[in-house]
Amino acid sequence: MSDTLKGMLHFTGRVLGALAIALALAGPVAAQEKKPIKIGFSMALTGGLAGAGKAALIAMEIWRDDVNKKGGLLGRPVEFVYYDDATQPAKVPGIYSKLLDVDKVDLVVSSYGTNEIAPAMPIVMRKKLVFPSLFGLAVNDEFNYDRYFQIMPAGPKPKTDWSGGFFELALAQKPRPTTIAIVAADAEFALNAAAGARENAKKFGLKIVYDRTYPPATTDFTPIVRAIQATNPDIVYVGSYPPDSTGMVKAANEVGLKTKLFGGGMVGLQFAAIQKNLGPMLNGIVNYDFWVPEPTLKFPGVEQFLAKYKEAAKDKGVDPLGHYLPPYAYAYLEVLGQSVEAVKSLDQAKLAAHMHKTTFDTVVGKVKFGKNGEWERSRVLFVQFRDVKPDNLEQFAGPGKRVVLHPKEWKSGDIVYPYKK
Amino acid sequence: MKISVFWGSIALVFLAGLGLTQTAVNPYYFNALYVILQATIMAVAWNILGGFTGYVNFGSAAFFAVGAYTSIALDKALGLPLPLLILAAAAVCGLIGLGVGYLTLRLKGVYFAIATLAMAIVIETFVNNWSYVGGARGVYILTPEKHLWFDTYIEMLFVVMLGLTLAAVAISRQLNSSRLGRGLAAIRDDELAAECAGVPTLRLKLVSTTVMGAMMGVAGAPYPFFVTFVDPISAFNLFVAVNAIAMPMIGGTAHWIGPVIGALLVGSLQEIITVTISSELNVLLVGIMLVLFITLAPQGIVGLAQKLHRRIFR
Amino acid sequence: MFSFDLLANGLVAGILLGGFYAAVAIGLAITFGQLDIVNIAHPAFVIVGSYIAWILNSRLGLDPVLIGVMVAPVFFFVGAAIYRIYYAAFERTGQESLSGLAFFFGVMFIIEVALILVYGVDYRLVTTGYIGKTIEIGVVGIPLRMAVPFLVASALTAGIYLYLSRTFMGRAILAVAQDRLALQLMGADPVRIKQFAFGLAIATTAVAGALLIIIGPVEPSVGRQYIGRVFAIVVLGGMGSIPGMFIAAMILGVAESLVASFMGPSWAPAVAFGLLLLTLAVRPSGLFGRQ
Repeated sequence: MSDTLKGMLHFTGRVLGALAIALALAGPVAAQEKKPIKIGFSMALTGGLAGAGKAALIAMEIWRDDVNKKGGLLGRPVEFVYYDDATQPAKVPGIYSKLLDVDKVDLVVSSYGTNEIAPAMPIVMRKKLVFPSLFGLAVNDEFNYDRYFQIMPAGPKPKTDWSGGFFELALAQKPRPTTIAIVAADAEFALNAAAGARENAKKFGLKIVYDRTYPPATTDFTPIVRAIQATNPDIVYVGSYPPDSTGMVKAANEVGLKTKLFGGGMVGLQFAAIQKNLGPMLNGIVNYDFWVPEPTLKFPGVEQFLAKYKEAAKDKGVDPLGHYLPPYAYAYLEVLGQSVEAVKSLDQAKLAAHMHKTTFDTVVGKVKFGKNGEWERSRVLFVQFRDVKPDNLEQFAGPGKRVVLHPKEWKSGDIVYPYKK
Repeated sequence: MKISVFWGSIALVFLAGLGLTQTAVNPYYFNALYVILQATIMAVAWNILGGFTGYVNFGSAAFFAVGAYTSIALDKALGLPLPLLILAAAAVCGLIGLGVGYLTLRLKGVYFAIATLAMAIVIETFVNNWSYVGGARGVYILTPEKHLWFDTYIEMLFVVMLGLTLAAVAISRQLNSSRLGRGLAAIRDDELAAECAGVPTLRLKLVSTTVMGAMMGVAGAPYPFFVTFVDPISAFNLFVAVNAIAMPMIGGTAHWIGPVIGALLVGSLQEIITVTISSELNVLLVGIMLVLFITLAPQGIVGLAQKLHRRIFR
Repeated sequence: MFSFDLLANGLVAGILLGGFYAAVAIGLAITFGQLDIVNIAHPAFVIVGSYIAWILNSRLGLDPVLIGVMVAPVFFFVGAAIYRIYYAAFERTGQESLSGLAFFFGVMFIIEVALILVYGVDYRLVTTGYIGKTIEIGVVGIPLRMAVPFLVASALTAGIYLYLSRTFMGRAILAVAQDRLALQLMGADPVRIKQFAFGLAIATTAVAGALLIIIGPVEPSVGRQYIGRVFAIVVLGGMGSIPGMFIAAMILGVAESLVASFMGPSWAPAVAFGLLLLTLAVRPSGLFGRQ
């Protein structure tokens, strides 16, 4: 081959390469020029729920960037319009009204948590908008809104399904436990979890020997744990928030709580900073979770997402690993985005119909909504902490530390029972 | 002449508000205005005791929450219409105000402040454990889409709130400029001297705590219908108490118009910041504004205006 | 459900908890009780103390209590500076009670948001060797996580008490609350003394913050939970009496702990604050105040 020919080929190659790049870029470029699709929401960026709210926002921004990299939705780029509700429900109606009436957003999604979701409902319902929501417990039991879609995998009967797995797990053990203590923080989620547990305990014929609530601002939990110990229960079901979850676990270790199964609905044990601090004190606890890095839960895309999250969350003062909430914050937008692409319009009725009948593939696995907008089948995972070493954050990024015991479909190990003798 | 100007403008504002609901104005503004009006009532109410007599109420949020929970309980039990719920809330909170005042107003001012703080925590604990109104789990109040002759429910709430606010302002002005108001001012300036001069201090103070409590209850009564989900954490929100103190301080506590100016200004600013900056800076700005105002203009905006007025017309 | 074990443990847990409350309240007993400054931002300074303890503990592995003692002088100067502003803006003009309150409300928000902006909203905790360990004495278990704060708080209380009653400066601080004029006639500058006292009060929050983060996780808005408690303790203790404050803290701690053991913890705040309301109604000078 002559040098000239070689040179020519080389040249053509480069031109073709450049063309290919130009073409690849053309998609997004064209998308940028079109009118963007605006998605509006309020989020708790300050106040009590800011920890979750900020992590959720990071996940949502990753989704937005991913979608825009692929050319947006319907060929239009996606834009967010969001405001800080400061964890104050009173701000929420104003924010959604502003989003819809002034900013004229095309789609809305919810803030994080029941308290911040419910105040938006009347406004969203009046406009008959599809409302993907993030971690509201049984909000739609009250509103019965047929365009509400809740991404937390609580299940069709959220209040009882929430702890159902915990009880099935407990009752399969030999010898069969007979008594249970239920303790919960005086706040919305924890009390609902406890109420569900109470119902389940009755259903399965367990004797409730202790049933009390405590104020969230409690400083020392040892008297509570001692009072529980005094009733000598086989099972201890706890519904708690991050600060009190830590307090409960520490107190249980200090008092030497003797029970066969301990845990249930403790929020906070899913967060890396708290896991790192509690370390080996966690071992044996069986608690709910939504996603853990076990081999049975390696859904397509989740690892790439978490890698991006880890990068984005650096130095932001939010959960560094992002296992619990962020994948779901990404997924509830995935559901919305996929629906928009599928029905090829922003028509809310069509979107709602599509979301009711479709099984979505998301980073949290297959999502199928039931009639009331909750997951058709519950996927509350019950995981047990195992071989946790002291003062090590990285151990929780890999498998083996939080073994999935229930449901069977996702099971990655067997229970160690009883919790402590 | 002066009285008729005042009543005329009250009527005018109300009619303007009513007219606003008949125009095609954006529903967002009703939501935003509702929040500002609610804060205005709270500020005006707080000032009746805090500004006129100098007794600091830390527990404003408790009165507000009791108002909200009174209307939840009666709505659930008897399905009473909103105006009756508001009256009931006023009665209950007025009684609580009277009770707290009776227990502690014979003491120095700081004790009263601490007593209101303690009362707020005790009441919150009771609500937490009162399962009929949802307890700590919270409670949903569903509202109809339309109401009477209003297109939307929020328009109705807005008009109700506007009427209540104007009534609160009128009452506060009446108290401020009446014999009663002069008695209160005497208490603020020197309680002992007032007592010696024959001012029935305890009775006057009890009147003002009762009015304050009732007004705060009134501000809280429609709240459940505004947010549709109420739990103790949001009803006993610290922000409610902080705003109730900060707004009169910024506006000026000595004159009845002070809390109104403060509430309208700070309330609107908070609303604007929420939808423009929308981040931690939001809260930071409120804090900085409060500190700056309090240090540089301790008499509030009204005080500044009076100073200016004197300088020009002297 | 009553048993002697539970009662003994409840009492001990309450006393330990009360010790911690005393550490948080002692600064306020000086500012609020003796200087008449309604420093509602006091718990917010405690949170700053917690964050510093967290930073130095996670970076250098130092013990939180040691950190608290080390940074206390820095807090002292910050407190003194804040008093300067407060004095210039309010006390000089006779506006202190109302405006001062609003001022500290603002300070509280600024501190909270500054912490959020710099460190975010995640929960922060410290690691030390003694967290999670328990000493058993008979049927009573004493968790070190509560015992260490109790001991430190007791030492702090004793130290401040001795300082106030034995040194010239300490007596001057007590005097400034009683009779300002007499003090001036003695040739002492009340402003300087109050500035010193306020600095001292803020310095204690460095230690209290360290104790708080030993006991449990901390995030910027946690301080709000303690506003009610610490004011209650100071009033119950008779406004400014240090031993009274300490005993009042014990009473509150024991009341909370026993209610949690026997009646159901959710009534604990109502009992504790109901007690305060009752005290105010019946014996307004507090349990240990001078009538």
